[in-house]
Amino acid sequence: MILRIDNLVKHYGPVRAVDGLSLEIGQGEVLGLVGESGSGKSTVGKCVLRLTEPTAGAIELDGRDITHLSRRAMRPLRRDVHMVFQDPYSSLNPRFTIGQIVGEPLLRHKVADRRTVSGRVSAMLEKVGLRQEMASRYPHELSGGQRQRVGLARALILEPRLVVADEPVSALDVSVQASVLNLITDLQRDMGFSCLFITHDLSVVEFLADRVAVMYLGKIVESGPTAEIFAEPRHPYTQALLSAAPVADPVRQRDRRRIVLGGDVPSPVDPPAGCRFHTRCPLAYDACRTEEPPLHDPRGNGHPAACHLVTADRVPDAAAHR
Amino acid sequence: MTETLAVPAPVSARRGRMWRRFRRRPMPMAGLVLVVAFLLLALIGPLVTGDPAQQDYLATLAPPSGAHPMGTDDLGRDAFARIAHGAQVSLQAGVLSMLLAMVVGIPIGLVAGFYRRWLDPIVMRLVDVTLAFPFLVFAVGLAAIIGPSLKGVVIALGFAQLPAIIRITRGEVLAIREMDYVAAAIADGAGDGHIIFRYVLPNCASPLIVQATVAIPTAIIGESTLSFLGLGVQPPTPSWGVMLTTAQQYLSDAPWLAIWPGLMIALATLGFNLLGDGLRDVLDPRSAR
Repeated sequence: MILRIDNLVKHYGPVRAVDGLSLEIGQGEVLGLVGESGSGKSTVGKCVLRLTEPTAGAIELDGRDITHLSRRAMRPLRRDVHMVFQDPYSSLNPRFTIGQIVGEPLLRHKVADRRTVSGRVSAMLEKVGLRQEMASRYPHELSGGQRQRVGLARALILEPRLVVADEPVSALDVSVQASVLNLITDLQRDMGFSCLFITHDLSVVEFLADRVAVMYLGKIVESGPTAEIFAEPRHPYTQALLSAAPVADPVRQRDRRRIVLGGDVPSPVDPPAGCRFHTRCPLAYDACRTEEPPLHDPRGNGHPAACHLVTADRVPDAAAHR
Repeated sequence: MTETLAVPAPVSARRGRMWRRFRRRPMPMAGLVLVVAFLLLALIGPLVTGDPAQQDYLATLAPPSGAHPMGTDDLGRDAFARIAHGAQVSLQAGVLSMLLAMVVGIPIGLVAGFYRRWLDPIVMRLVDVTLAFPFLVFAVGLAAIIGPSLKGVVIALGFAQLPAIIRITRGEVLAIREMDYVAAAIADGAGDGHIIFRYVLPNCASPLIVQATVAIPTAIIGESTLSFLGLGVQPPTPSWGVMLTTAQQYLSDAPWLAIWPGLMIALATLGFNLLGDGLRDVLDPRSAR
């Protein structure tokens, strides 16, 4: 296990951004953390890097509890974890050249010195598909896709063991998204880093992740191997998310059963009692309103869901309702 | 903590590009010319003109002539010599008070904005209170407490400009510390000192440099005003403000005595302001090309 999060809680004042979340990422594994905006998925990423202090719970990196490490004690561990940010415009210091941005981690962790750094930077730029002349450019001279490649180069230059990618392609044009996603996939196979891939887009995850965890209002409602989740989503929320993603085949797209969720995500200041999803769930019944369903895996095949209706021999079907 | 992690950038090439962009614009260039002329007047003028205290009772209130290019005042002193020496006083008051405000204000703004906690509200309430006073009223009050002298003028104007500098710095810091590139530096294990000096400060440099070029003309006017009111530089030391005080008695007989210092104040102020606008355009790397 490179990363283990145990019952993580993060409250911003009254807002319960993350409210008891556990997950694990194995060596070389890509976990797709999926959720709508406001589900708390980005907060999880920030907690892993200690960019924000968790309210409660534990975060273990490679078996070591880092939840309460001081900044100084945290420093050597930062070689092994890095982050790719969503916004390619605010994630690069406008006063640094690309070479300085990508080379900085090397110099900070004393992996390279001033003489060797430019060679390493050129090699890394080439890996992410940028010409080495880019090293002397400034961020404002680059396009969004190029900037995101720079962000990737910066995150990967120390060859970290875990990369937290927070919506790394959602700010990009669709045509550019595909090329950056392919690049991430190739680099991941090449370098073998583990990855917490945070996104709101299930279709991105299908193509990239080994396992998927679906978040709703600060909690995981379902997780499992990607193929399993897509073939047999168990939680009504996952089913709704999947039914909302368009399918490339127009005939299939026409015949699909769509689940349209009513209303908005409830406020994380005052999450609903019982199952957090009951206010929007087409299958909700009395128990859902009072009793919070635990994340359970009745079939014991590594595919737990937090729904009362999931049992060993039955899976709810949100689309059948109505 | 401030070990430079810089991969050498082609700084000279960048400077050249900035200068070329600057030179193409007429207004900043006009500002630069005015500022250079002002600097020459202040630095070289006093060397070539005569003694500003030399009195010539045979030529009091004389109009501009070959011997006195700007005329003479009521005591027969050469107005040009006094303008040149006054420029030196203005330059000192402008630059020193600006430096004072920057040297004290920027660190306060940086620390308050970066660390917040208990310091920020205290600093900002103090800033709000001082900003509630009009700039000149505040400066006059300070000058009255410190006592009339050039040193008093510099300190009064420096502190009067301080709240604005603190507020600008803090505002910039607040915006910059939320940027993902700062988060990236923290995620990489950068220390606070490194983040403040290599990330935050350079990114709030442009508004501060612009503010510096605004602070100088403000201080030049401030010095003239304080001296005009008798709270600044004391006669017989020539200052543009002191010259105006004298000139108002002879406005109808010798209007040039008021025109020269007035014109100088206007031109010096205009020059710095135009230069500041030009610098703002050039210094922002995002406006490059």
